[in-house]
Order: sequence, then structure tokens, then C-alpha cells
Amino acid sequence: MRNRGFTNWRRRFAAQVIGLLCLPVAALAAPEDRSLSPTNIFAPVSTPAHSIVELSLFVLAVTAIIFVIVFSLLVYCVVKFGKRADDDGREPPQVYGSNQVELAWTVIPVLIIVVLFMATARVIASIQKAAQPHNAIQVIAIGHQFWWEYRYPGLKVVTANELHVPVNDPAHPSPTFLTLLSADTDHSFWVPRLAGKTDLIPNHPNTMWFDPQQTGLYLGQCAQYCGTQHAKMLLRVYVQSRQEFDRWIEEQSRPAHASAAVSEGQRIFETTACINCHAVTGTVADGRFGPDLTHLMSRETIASGAAPNTPENLRLWIQNPEAIKPGSKMPAMGLSDHELDAVTAYLETLR
Amino acid sequence: MSTDSISTHRAGMESIPLVAKLHEWVITVDHKRLGILYILYSLVFLVIGGIEAMIMRIQLIRPHNNFVSPDVFNRMFTMHGTTMIFFVVMPMLFGFANYLIPLMIGARDMAFPRLNAFSFWLTAFGGILLYFSFLGANGLYGAGNAPDVGWFAYAPLTSQTFSVGHSTDFWTLSLLVSGFGSIGTAINIIATILCMRCPGMTLGRMPLLAWLNLVMAVLVILAVSPLSAAQIMLLVDRYLGGHFFDTQAGGSAVIWMHFFWIFGHPEVYVLVIPAFAFASEIIPVFSRKAIFGYPAMVAATVCIAFIAMSVWAHHMFTVGMNSNANTFFVLTTMAIAVPTGIKIFNWLATMWGGKIHFKTPMLFSIGFLFQFLIAGLTGVMLSAAPFTWHLGNSYFVVAHFHYVLAGAILFTTFGAFYYWFPKMSGKMYNETLGKLHFWLFVIGFHLTFDFMHIPGILGMPRRIYTYEPGRGWDTWNMIVTIGVFFQAAAILVFVANLLWSYFHGEIAGSDPWDGWTLEWSTSSPPPAYNFATIPEVRSRRPLWDRKHPEDPDWKYE
Repeated sequence: MRNRGFTNWRRRFAAQVIGLLCLPVAALAAPEDRSLSPTNIFAPVSTPAHSIVELSLFVLAVTAIIFVIVFSLLVYCVVKFGKRADDDGREPPQVYGSNQVELAWTVIPVLIIVVLFMATARVIASIQKAAQPHNAIQVIAIGHQFWWEYRYPGLKVVTANELHVPVNDPAHPSPTFLTLLSADTDHSFWVPRLAGKTDLIPNHPNTMWFDPQQTGLYLGQCAQYCGTQHAKMLLRVYVQSRQEFDRWIEEQSRPAHASAAVSEGQRIFETTACINCHAVTGTVADGRFGPDLTHLMSRETIASGAAPNTPENLRLWIQNPEAIKPGSKMPAMGLSDHELDAVTAYLETLR
Repeated sequence: MSTDSISTHRAGMESIPLVAKLHEWVITVDHKRLGILYILYSLVFLVIGGIEAMIMRIQLIRPHNNFVSPDVFNRMFTMHGTTMIFFVVMPMLFGFANYLIPLMIGARDMAFPRLNAFSFWLTAFGGILLYFSFLGANGLYGAGNAPDVGWFAYAPLTSQTFSVGHSTDFWTLSLLVSGFGSIGTAINIIATILCMRCPGMTLGRMPLLAWLNLVMAVLVILAVSPLSAAQIMLLVDRYLGGHFFDTQAGGSAVIWMHFFWIFGHPEVYVLVIPAFAFASEIIPVFSRKAIFGYPAMVAATVCIAFIAMSVWAHHMFTVGMNSNANTFFVLTTMAIAVPTGIKIFNWLATMWGGKIHFKTPMLFSIGFLFQFLIAGLTGVMLSAAPFTWHLGNSYFVVAHFHYVLAGAILFTTFGAFYYWFPKMSGKMYNETLGKLHFWLFVIGFHLTFDFMHIPGILGMPRRIYTYEPGRGWDTWNMIVTIGVFFQAAAILVFVANLLWSYFHGEIAGSDPWDGWTLEWSTSSPPPAYNFATIPEVRSRRPLWDRKHPEDPDWKYE
């Protein structure tokens, strides 16, 4: 077979493998940079997310050490114990076992596991058993195919798809506590920079919380397969200053604007099937199957993040939802061009 | 009218019509032929499952791609998972078990040959039933009526309300049928190993492959039963007015998850333990040393099986169990790492001080050791429940379990193919093509599954037919997709090698690897009756004793 080139081959193999390994490790180290991704789990801005990152880095360090040790042993075996070209054909010494070695490599992993377990148990308790402070923002999140309904029961606000919460003030903590429900199938709320994911399971209410320490827009998406358009059930969480949040709440709790200029569109909206699914506070529309549209124009996106909230997209969505989100539950409404323009104009007034 | 081996068939080929030969294969109860049927069946589905994966990866190569519609994509990931687990890996492993166990324990066949055949045909029919779903509804346009509920078919997505039509029923019925096939094979394996070992072969002297398949078979019986029960309950919900999982009527979606994962977790040990068995046979022979720590290997495997029954809800860390439950499952999941790690150390210790022959079976086994180490360590990371609160249902988990399924199980299975191909066919495979297969597959595997961890860390969930640009996932997805083509090329080389070697390979002889277990003591391929006289053994390596009468194993065991 091969002779001297053989040994070189094994050394080159080992070097190539080590090189290949450095790539994912480098990539893992890089994510500290927030600009790598708006949904990077290693860029936490909230206490649960921070705790998970700290635990992850600890577990990663332990497993990395184990990897380096065992991998080195493997490389050593491959390089040192290959059959030499000048082999005499005799079998090597047969070693059947060693009680001391086997005991050692049983006891040491057990100790490592005990340490990892205790670190993990602490984080589980700190997140799951956190007390709800007096000023917590209560939100009920209801998962639908394929959009998010948000209700602020204390503040009497109902909205959809874009969640607004106040930034946390350490002096007067106001974390957001979400009750997670579902109207149909299983969903999961995952905004990586804010918290780990928790599922929304029908007939099985769950809770989660986060306390964002920085204002901004945080992204995520549904993380439990819920049907055809699971991929476009996106999450947008706006963390605002307390004043901005209070102002948003105040605007959201008002009933819809009325305007004579768009009365034709409003009439079409209220006399066709739209009101079977959609609600507009202060009008006859009180359908609950689809998102509440009272303050539709206060949102930056439509169809749960699938498209920017522009008049063109809105019109297209009503005319042919399949063009934006094929398989969503919104039917094509079969309106004429004139009716579409009128309804879109009406919806544009729902600020 | 003969159940003779392939080689004697070839001599009299002109005299036996093709129809008669095929008929013999259809009615066979010979464990060797059934083993080969299982293996060929699973190879066909490996290619099909691979094509389903390719379709998904091409769709995901860039954001907002339009290669397939969301409906088709959702059917692809459901069929890919279901196919690979139930109609590729399980039949492949049952095939090798069927072929090898009687030979390795010195028996003439399995305990229940007709049950053996019946189990194979049940499994085969189940797969065909599942794929018949492509032809339903819209026919082949739009991927027909194939199930699109994910391979774990969570309720209530599978109820009549959310899964209109019969696609879910194809999933349920095909797995129900093949599940009974799996239980039949498991019963057969247990009975054969417990009752039909040759004289002198105590349980402590049988090859590790036999031990590990015994443990696997017990797990199959423990695991498949709850799945079958849950599937029957689902059918009752869908057709007989039941409400087990009907949340609108007070039923529980979570109870489906418990039933499914009580199957699903032991199932992954059903898949990986026979892979360990292959490594435990190949590594010693190609290191020229006895396996290090045989009793510990047996004890560790039995421990793994016990603990495996207690970890299932680590697949449910995000469903809202209370902190005590979550903590319990963290503990059991971390505990299972200990016996698993012990096995890795034992394999390394077997290589230590040996004389390693870097033939294709050993190359795949070394790849297995490297990749299983990484897979186990990402598993330890995931066992920390808060980590899974982020990375469960993300591409990190997909990368982790493909590291186990492809990086560990498929690698040792390829090794097993090359190791026992000479025994099954009588011909040597082509070593150059074997090495080419290995390197192509290593490159492709690592391109795809190393880099797949990263989108998970950057927030990409699984089972999405497209994704938003600007989340930092684009480049990684492209690299992942490129790796698939290397893997496809490797599989082509593999199939070409099998075919070419079957027809043109050198005659292998009965013992091309200088092995130590009983299958190498009979001809290649073995005669229908396996052994002219039933052997009698005095140690774990009967052929070592024969070849080294001055220094036999039984002096040291």
C-alpha cells in the first residue's frame, strides 16, 4: 500500500481537521457583534436572555475542554498507532480493560455532570419562578394561524402583530409578563434577544416574561410549526421609553377615527364579509378571527411582518393575499378596482 | 427450488428462469436474504429521502426563494423526516441485524423465520403506503396529498379541522403498519439471541453486536407501543368522534407530545445503538486489538437503555412544564451522557496501542468517533434546558440531530456496508472508490452540518419554507446547501461501487479482514444453512482462539 507518504497523509489529515474546526469556533466567537444578526441569541438585552447566555457560555466552555481533550486523543491514536509500512504482521498486545482507568473515566464525567446540572437548575428556577412585580405590564398573547393577537387587559388595548412594551427601569421594574394562549394550533414566541421561546398551546396557558434594558425594535418569529405560513408569522417587539409607551397605549385605546371622506370605503367594509373576521372599535365591525384593525396604520408591517404597511401592499393584500402570503387565512375579497381603492382609503384612516 | 447462496446460483444461472429467482426472493424466509431485502429497500429510500432534502435546501439557498411553494416544502420536510427514520435507518439496521446475528451467534437462522418475512413485508408495505400519498388528491402536481404535519405530527394540527383530507392518515396508517413490522423483528431478535446461541457462547461471550441489538430490540418494543397507541387515538379523534387531542373540546395537545416523545426518544437510541454495534465490531478488527472493556460496554449500553426511557420530555422543554419537571429532565438527560461518553473512551482505548489499518470501514469509524463526540457535546449543551429555550426548534437542533443521524449513524452504517459486503456478496469492493466516497461525504457532511449550527444561534427556527433577508442567515444557508451536492456525489460513488464490485470485484474469500467472530468462519456468501456443523466456542473471539492456539482469549477472560 502506501509508505512514507502515508505518515504525511495522516499528519495532513489531522491538520486539515483542526483547521476545519476553527471555522465554526471563530463564527461562534464572532456573534458578540450585534450587527451580525438582529436575532442573535448572544446579544441579549433582557434578564432571561442574559441568564441563558451566561449559562450557555459556561456549558460551552466545559464541553469545549472535553472536546479538545478527547479530540486530541483521537488524533494522537490516528497519527501514532497506524500500521507502519514495515510492519512485521504480528498482532499488538491485547489489552482487555483496566479497572482503574475505567473507574476514572466514569467518576470524572459524573462530577462534571453534577456541576453542569446545578448551574442549570439555578437558571431554570431564576427564570421560571420569578415573581411578578407590582408594575409589571400584563399582556395576553394569542397565537393564530398565522398572526399574533395582543391584549393588554389592564390597559384595555387590543392589537395585533406588533407588540409594544416599555423599557425596564431598574429603579421601578416594569417587566412584561405574557400569558400565552392559542386559538388554533401550537405556536411559539421566540424573540431571541429578549428571552428563550415558550410555546402557545391551545387549552394549555403558558407564561413568560422579559424586562428589556434597551429601547429598540426586536425581531423574532413563530418557532413551532403551525401550518402552511408558519414561516411568515413574524414577531416585532417595540421597546419604548415609558412616555412613548404610555402615549401609544393612549392612542390604541381610542376608538377608530371617523371620516366622511372615506365613507364609501367604510360602507363596503361594513357590508361585506370583512366584519366577519375583523374588528374596528366604535363601528359595527367586531369579528375576532382576524387581526383588530382599529389602529392598523399605527403598524409598520401587515400580515404579521410579511410586507411593509404601504397603501400598495394593503391594496394587494385585500385583492390577492396569495401574492404576499400564500396559504394565509385571508381570502381574496373579490372586490372591483374601484371598491379596492375605496376600502384601502378607508383603512388608511385607521391610525 | 433452492435457497442457495448467490454464488452457486450464478453457476446454474442459465437453468433457472428470472421469474423463478425473483419468486424465491419474494417467498424467502432465509434471514440472509431478508437482511439483504431490508438493506436494498432502505437504500432506495435513502436516495428518495436525499432528494427531498435537496429540494428543501435548494429552496433555502437564498431568502424569499421560489423553487417550491410553501405547501410542497412542508410536505418535503415531513416526508424527509418520516422516510429517513422509518424507511431508511430502521430497515437498514434491521437488515444488518437479521443478516449478522444468526451468523455471529452460530445459529442457522433467526428464531421465527416466517415472522421475520412477515415483518419485512409489513415494513415494506408501510413505506409504499406512505409514498402512495404523493399520487392522491392533485396527483404529482403540487406533491399530491403527502403529509405536511411534520414527522412528529403535533396535535391539534393533525385534527380534521387543520388537516383536511387524508394526508395525515397516510402518515398514521403507514407508520402503524410498519410499527408492527418493527415489533415483530424485535421479538425475533430477542428470541434468537436468548435461545439460539451456539454451545459455549454464554451471554458474556457473545459479540457486542448481538448484545447491542438485544438492547435495541427491547427498546423497540418499549417505544413503538406508545406510538401505535397514540396513532390509534388520533384515528379515533379523526374518524370516530374522539377528542383525545382535540383542544377545542377539552382534549390535550400536550398529551400527544408525551406519547410521541416517549416513543421518539428511545427511538433515537434504537437508531444509534446498532450504529455503536458496527463500530464495536469494526474498530477492534482494524486496530488488531480486542475491544477494550467488554463488560463496561455491555453495562453502559444497558444503562443507556434504562435512562433513555426517562429523558423524553427534553423534547418538550419549551411547552411550559413547571420548573421541577424541567429540572428532572435536565438531570436524566445529562446523566445519559456518562455511559455514552464511556463508550467513546472504550473505542479510543481499543485503538490505543493497536496497529490501525486505514481501510474504508475504519475511515468511516474514525469519522464516526469524531462526529459522535461533537454530536454528544451539542447534546450536552441542549440538555441545559434554558439553552434549549433558545435553540430548541431551531437549526441548531437540526444540526445536532443530523450530526447524530448522518455523522454517527450513517457513517458507521457505511463502514458496515464495506466491512460485510465481502461476506454478503463474495466479492471485495473497490477500495479507491470507497475512499473517494468517504472523503466526498466528509466534505459534504461538514459543509452542511457544521455551518448549520450557526443560523440556529442567530435565531433561525426550523420548518420554515423561506426566511427574511437581513437576519444574517443568508450566507450560512448557502454554504449548507452547497454541502448537499458533495453528499449526493458521494452517494452516487457509493452505489456505483456496490454495483461494480458485485459484478467485477475480486473474490473475497471467507475471511478477508482476518476477523475474529463466527461469520468469518463460513464461506462468502454463506450457504443457506450457515454452518456445516454448529460451532462450539470458548471465548468472545472464537476465530482468534483458532488462529492463535498458543495464546487464546479464554486464558484471559
